[in-house]
Amino acid sequence: MNSILIFLLVLAAFMVIVAAFGIFWAIRSGQFEDMEGPAQRILMDDDDPRIPRRRLREDKK
Amino acid sequence: MSVDAACFHCGLPVPEGAEFPLEIEGEVRTMCCRGCHAVAQAIVENGLQEYYRHRTAMPTTGQELIPSELSKLALYDHPEIQKSFVIENDPHIKQASLILEGITCAACVWLNERHLQQLPGVMAVQVNYGNHRARIIWDEREIQLSRILKEIQLLGYNAHPYNALQQEELRRKGRSRDIRRIAVTGLSAAQVMMLAVALYAGAALGMDQSTAQLLRYVSLVLTLPVFLYTAVPFYVSAWRAIKSRYLNMDVPVSLAIITAFFGSLWVTLLGDGVVYYDAITMFTLFLLSTRFLERNAREKSVEATENLLKLVPAMSLRLRDGMQEAIAVLDLAAGDIILVKPGEAVAADGEVVAGVSSVDEALLTGESHAVSKEIGDQVIAGSINLEGPLEVRVTGTGENTVLAGIVRLLDRAVAEKPRLAKLADQVAVRFTYVLLALTLVVALAWWWHEPGMVLEIVLAVLVVTCPCALSIAAPAAFAAAGSHLLKQGILLTRGHALETLAKVTHVVFDKTGTLTFGKPKLHQVLPFGELDPDACLRLAASLEQASEHPLAQSFLEQISKNELHLVTEAQNFPGKGVTGLIGGRRYTLGNRMLSTLTQAQAEPLLDVAPGATVVWLCDDSQVLAAFELSDELRPDAIALMEKLREQGLGISILSGDSNAAVEYFAGRLGITDCRGALRPEDKLSALKSLQATGAVVAMVGDGVNDAPVLAGADVSLAMGGGTQVARASSDIVLLSEKMLDISRALRAGQATLIVMRQNFAWAAGYNFLALPFAAMGYIPPWLAALGMSVSSLIVVLNALRLRQV
Repeated sequence: MNSILIFLLVLAAFMVIVAAFGIFWAIRSGQFEDMEGPAQRILMDDDDPRIPRRRLREDKK
Repeated sequence: MSVDAACFHCGLPVPEGAEFPLEIEGEVRTMCCRGCHAVAQAIVENGLQEYYRHRTAMPTTGQELIPSELSKLALYDHPEIQKSFVIENDPHIKQASLILEGITCAACVWLNERHLQQLPGVMAVQVNYGNHRARIIWDEREIQLSRILKEIQLLGYNAHPYNALQQEELRRKGRSRDIRRIAVTGLSAAQVMMLAVALYAGAALGMDQSTAQLLRYVSLVLTLPVFLYTAVPFYVSAWRAIKSRYLNMDVPVSLAIITAFFGSLWVTLLGDGVVYYDAITMFTLFLLSTRFLERNAREKSVEATENLLKLVPAMSLRLRDGMQEAIAVLDLAAGDIILVKPGEAVAADGEVVAGVSSVDEALLTGESHAVSKEIGDQVIAGSINLEGPLEVRVTGTGENTVLAGIVRLLDRAVAEKPRLAKLADQVAVRFTYVLLALTLVVALAWWWHEPGMVLEIVLAVLVVTCPCALSIAAPAAFAAAGSHLLKQGILLTRGHALETLAKVTHVVFDKTGTLTFGKPKLHQVLPFGELDPDACLRLAASLEQASEHPLAQSFLEQISKNELHLVTEAQNFPGKGVTGLIGGRRYTLGNRMLSTLTQAQAEPLLDVAPGATVVWLCDDSQVLAAFELSDELRPDAIALMEKLREQGLGISILSGDSNAAVEYFAGRLGITDCRGALRPEDKLSALKSLQATGAVVAMVGDGVNDAPVLAGADVSLAMGGGTQVARASSDIVLLSEKMLDISRALRAGQATLIVMRQNFAWAAGYNFLALPFAAMGYIPPWLAALGMSVSSLIVVLNALRLRQV
């Protein structure tokens, strides 16, 4: 009974360490510096030229 | 066209007679002014019209690009000047930080990034929506910084390079550290709480002693990072407080964490009893998060204030051995000779040693009038040179300049705390003393009664009564209201502003620059001779090309460039007007003093508005026309007056302008209480007598002549386009220059006060209610931690309601 518990605890510890490193990396790479901008930016449709259908139409012009 | 139509670009009402149509995405839209039209056109021409679909807030009104302003940008290309704010990454690859003025929503960020990235030579652009600052990397072989700044202006924003100060770097690092602490605590708290559930369940349903012991040890290990790393700021602050004998909230907090940890450690080593690791981690997590949020909101307003005052060092041209060199204003010394070009601001106080010109001292007087300056006259830092180049010997620099004064004012503003928040701090401190004494009494009582329960009871009392909710009651409300208002373009620079706004009974306005634009606009053309008004206007505008006078702009904006006549032998008479040859005939344009013809003419019966400026156009034999130029009412001023009257507030005008002009504008706004021809000290005494009747006065102004009144008023608001001193001496700055923001700010103030009272009532009520139960042992530590968290959370959530005001 205890062995499975120990296994799960070690697994949890491992996951915690992975998560901690993930967050540290995110902080160091500046992902927390602007908390509002990126959330809004995703809503801007500025990739129109990259959508193939649109590009075709423009080419025809 | 109806008057009610709103400008498609900036949302202000379109004045009657204004015709600025533009086709955007297949529909013809109308703009309110040439500035908005130009900006919208630039947006469309660059294929960025999508901005209009995505924006969620109206931008500021577009400004026209003034050639002299644009040429000033070229100074930023100077390597000496760049030294203070540019980092050279590689040879030719440069990086600078810019402050962007006029960002109102995320679409603005998109617009700027997108447009700049299209420019050849710009390698990276990153706009931070949170603090309106941009980082930009460019290749100087392909593009100059001045070009980048100009492109930003084309889109209707203003960009200023600024020195990415050490302070900012510190702030960024502190922020990263805070987030790291929260992350570690959060991860640990999640694990520990999971194990705690198992332990509690085990205690209730029966659990193997060895399993329970294993879970305790694992919890201990997981709590260690919290105890030894993330909770350290509390210990440091508590220790500092004890050393200075001025207790703060962190003392009971640290006491609770340390007691709980060592108590639990003892239990873990003994192998029997209840552990409180879950309470420790949850408590720490919650405290760290609330502090992080509060600090964030505070830094935001500091950053906004810094943006406003532009940290970049102003520069000037120093003359030395006949050579011009660019030098930062801060490096100027008394005795230096500086060259002030037309259109530039005078960098330091000084005395004119060469040149004749007129300067606009609006900074000091609030009224935009040209004052002529000759050799020997004194000029004041911050006044704008209008006509010819001036050489000025510097007499005052550094601490004595206007700029230094502004910086001092900023320091004061940031250091100040709202009165209610101060009160809450004091209450919290006293509460802490009472709490610690009470805890001691309770501990002794239980020690005598049932020693085994002491640890649990002491913990419960310390945690449940933590005055967190009490101490964040006011800051949370201010921060929420402040950040909400900032998004609307209303910047609070003083802590007490919102609190006082709620009590305002009377609003006093300055006229020039506040109720009006403060810039003369051509109102009507009165022809005298055979020429029709359009022809006269064309002649006048052509002559004005040679002038830097502010009035010249109002002529030039009426006529498109290619309709202008060629002017030869143009001559400028500072303070009077201009003359020049057009098609072989000599024309003069200026005030009555310029031409003998106008002086000879008796005052004609002109139908001009009071306070208007009249400019005369003559040829060599007769008076051709008179032009009436007058200031214009801001379009939303009338709507604001209605709102203020609805809110039951008294309205007055105190102005330095002539009585006739003030009465004319007051009449149009339906204001009966107005006084003109006031000097700054008269304004102040008028204000004081109003306050003596018991009125709480909000003053709205823009010039330096308003500064004493702004300071004397209970709460003051300055227009964002006003002078820097006015902005710095006011409590609230209306960045967007929209008049209706005044009534919005007033409403926000009232709402904030209500929310704050609710928060105080809740926080104090909760603490006093929970204390006896905890002391009697009815609240286990985990429930205490939960109660403390929920109580603070309620306070924060209640404050967040202010975002909808």
